Amino acid sequence: MKENNNVISRTTELENDNYKWGFDFKFNPDNAPIGLSEDIVKLISNKKNEPKWLLDWRLKSLKHWFKNQDNEPKWANIEFPKIDFQKIRYYSSPTSKPNPKSLDEVDPEMLAAFTKLGIPLEEQKKLSGVAVDAIMDSVSVATTYQKQLEEAGVIFCPISEAVQKYPELVQKYLGSVVPYSDNFYATLNSAVFTDGSFIYVPPGVRCPVELMTYFRINELDTGQFERTLIVADKGSYVSYLEGCTAPFRKNNQLHAAVVELVALEDAEIKYSTLQNWFPGDTNGEGGIYNFVTKRGKCQGKNSKISWTQVETGSAITWKYPSVILQGDNSVGEFYSVALVNNYQQADTGTKMIHIGKNTKSTIIAKGISAGKATNTYRGQVKVLPSAKNARNFTQCDSLLIGDKCGAHTIPYIEVKNPTAQLEHEATTSKVSDDQLFYTQQRGISLEDANYMIINGFCKGIFKELPFEFAIEASQLLRVSLEGTVG
Amino acid sequence: MSKTILEIKNLHASVEDTKILKGLSLTINIGEKHTIMGPNGSGKSTLANVLAGNPSYTMNSGEIIFMGQNLNEMQPDIRACAGLFLAFQYPVELPGVRMWQFLKSSLDSKREYNGEKPLSTREFDNVLNEYADKVGISSDFIKRNVNEGFSGGEKKRNEILQLSLLNPKLAILDETDSGLDIDALKVVSKGIDSFSSDENSVLLITHYQRILNYVIPDFVHVMMDGNIVTSGDKTLALELEEKGYDWLTTK
Ligand SMILES: Nc1ncnc2c1ncn2[C@@H]1O[C@H](COP(=O)(O)OP(=O)(O)OP(=O)(O)O)[C@@H](O)[C@H]1O
Ligand SMILES: [Mg+2]
Repeated sequence: MKENNNVISRTTELENDNYKWGFDFKFNPDNAPIGLSEDIVKLISNKKNEPKWLLDWRLKSLKHWFKNQDNEPKWANIEFPKIDFQKIRYYSSPTSKPNPKSLDEVDPEMLAAFTKLGIPLEEQKKLSGVAVDAIMDSVSVATTYQKQLEEAGVIFCPISEAVQKYPELVQKYLGSVVPYSDNFYATLNSAVFTDGSFIYVPPGVRCPVELMTYFRINELDTGQFERTLIVADKGSYVSYLEGCTAPFRKNNQLHAAVVELVALEDAEIKYSTLQNWFPGDTNGEGGIYNFVTKRGKCQGKNSKISWTQVETGSAITWKYPSVILQGDNSVGEFYSVALVNNYQQADTGTKMIHIGKNTKSTIIAKGISAGKATNTYRGQVKVLPSAKNARNFTQCDSLLIGDKCGAHTIPYIEVKNPTAQLEHEATTSKVSDDQLFYTQQRGISLEDANYMIINGFCKGIFKELPFEFAIEASQLLRVSLEGTVG
Repeated sequence: MSKTILEIKNLHASVEDTKILKGLSLTINIGEKHTIMGPNGSGKSTLANVLAGNPSYTMNSGEIIFMGQNLNEMQPDIRACAGLFLAFQYPVELPGVRMWQFLKSSLDSKREYNGEKPLSTREFDNVLNEYADKVGISSDFIKRNVNEGFSGGEKKRNEILQLSLLNPKLAILDETDSGLDIDALKVVSKGIDSFSSDENSVLLITHYQRILNYVIPDFVHVMMDGNIVTSGDKTLALELEEKGYDWLTTK
């Protein structure tokens, strides 16, 4: 028996093409033409029936981006051919009716695609207890578990829907953590973002289920610019999971998301990511360019934000989930496993900005490099003069498989208050032949032995993930490690 | 008639282009216990590693037949599943890899090779606890990571635990009696002794005669410079202890 009563309809009326902001709608409604212009931004905004303030904000961002378009960040330890931003499609809808009223209305092919990816769109699947918002290219496909959430007063919906239903909330917090002018990719995202999740947890509410979004880039030449905004009001708690995949493509695809988290007084946000965007083939062709800005603000006192991520995908990753520790006694955590293989490049890390008194941050980063890949950890810990008794603990461990790969650890530390206490540990190790042989001598195949040892290296991070996700992370690791030994 | 478990014929092997084993031959039949003694650096561990298939060692020529199969064509894990076990002179630490998980995977793997179903978690726990008890490994150890932070003696006990659990056809024990206190030596010796039966064979590498009071060998071989130079019974070990190895070279 199929149960659909937990799925509520979407109200974003994409059919509503009443050109509110007075511009000509010259394009096919389902696929915007390739390229970036004011018209494209207006098209996106119009399709989503957005209020004027949002269109204005987008246009302001676009202007800022055009002004700075030659200032792409160059400091990261990554190499790639210059991206032609006029060759990207900024809006694409995978189906002509993107507003399913229930799972029955979701394109069966799309459901099959999600099933193949192991995504639990249907409630009876093993991840029951997880509410899922699935995003394919730019449009949210189906949102499950809405009823339970409504009862708890939790809002979990596509951001485009939130703009319609809760405009004050969105307007209040959008861009409050990552301003439109923050950096090259964040600015681009602010101009052209299409979808993403919005979460609001009201005061004192502990969100009853884990919230989850799956992102998938499907269309050729399509960039994905999702925008996620999570607000945990006073004394609330939410755990959010995001999973990402993309199919095999010969050419590179751009993913430039922005994620903003706001934790008010005594609130806690736990944000977990499993990222396995297509990393390119073994010769380094194709793959996703993953240039993401993720930042959380511990705005209220005693608030806590923790980022946990397991990243095995993307050709290039440029990503530094950060926490601004503004409230007194607030806590920021960053737990990360980044695995690179073949020709993958990752420049990742975190920033912990201590502003409030007694603020505490923990950074545990594990980098695994195989093949000809390079893995750079770049972490910043900044203690401002106001941050009395700030504490930070940083541990960076690198594991090398083979001798053609590389690992770099680049810590930046800036302390402006003498009461701060910072600890930093870094190690580099290899999976030794002795370890592999010992394990094999106990009847375990070379590949399994390698996986077992690397899984052991990552254990401290996996235990931070929700249980089902930890199992998935571990399986993901196994798949990503295939062919790295022997 | 006794059945042959291991037959080594004219084995030459090297490490990093250095020839270590120089035409060694040895036959072990089922139910037999063999001891190899010999000075440091004579090639005892090299022999053990070549038998177990350590890829850091190269077999240059000769033949090794293990239970009717040519070992040369078998990967280390297949050799292990087929019943060849090596207790390491220096057991390796596996950070983050839980003992329980490691031992379970190990046994599952071997059972699968033999066409048996893996044990359920409960069945496995029962077996594991029983053996752990015998070698004096507490349940706390089972929760720890493989050999990580284990003392020298604890590592050796752990090798014996794995020996009991995997119940191989041929157990090669490389100085499992070294570095043990008196009690641990008893535990380890008893472990080896209770493993040993008419159904399997032991190849014990040691420097000390004392373990041979518990594990009584059928044959004692002396290895020097990559070859077995003399063989005898238990009394040879006593004689060696008394006279040292020089006696053999000058003989
Ligand atoms: N990985 C290696 N690289 C270079 N030489 C090696 C290597 N492994 C072993 N050898 C050399 O091979 C020789 C034989 O070593 P092996 O470990 O087999 O001796 P052993 O008889 O087990 O000695 P011990 O009684 O000290 O354990 C030694 O000279 C040793 O230095
Ligand atoms: Mg030795």
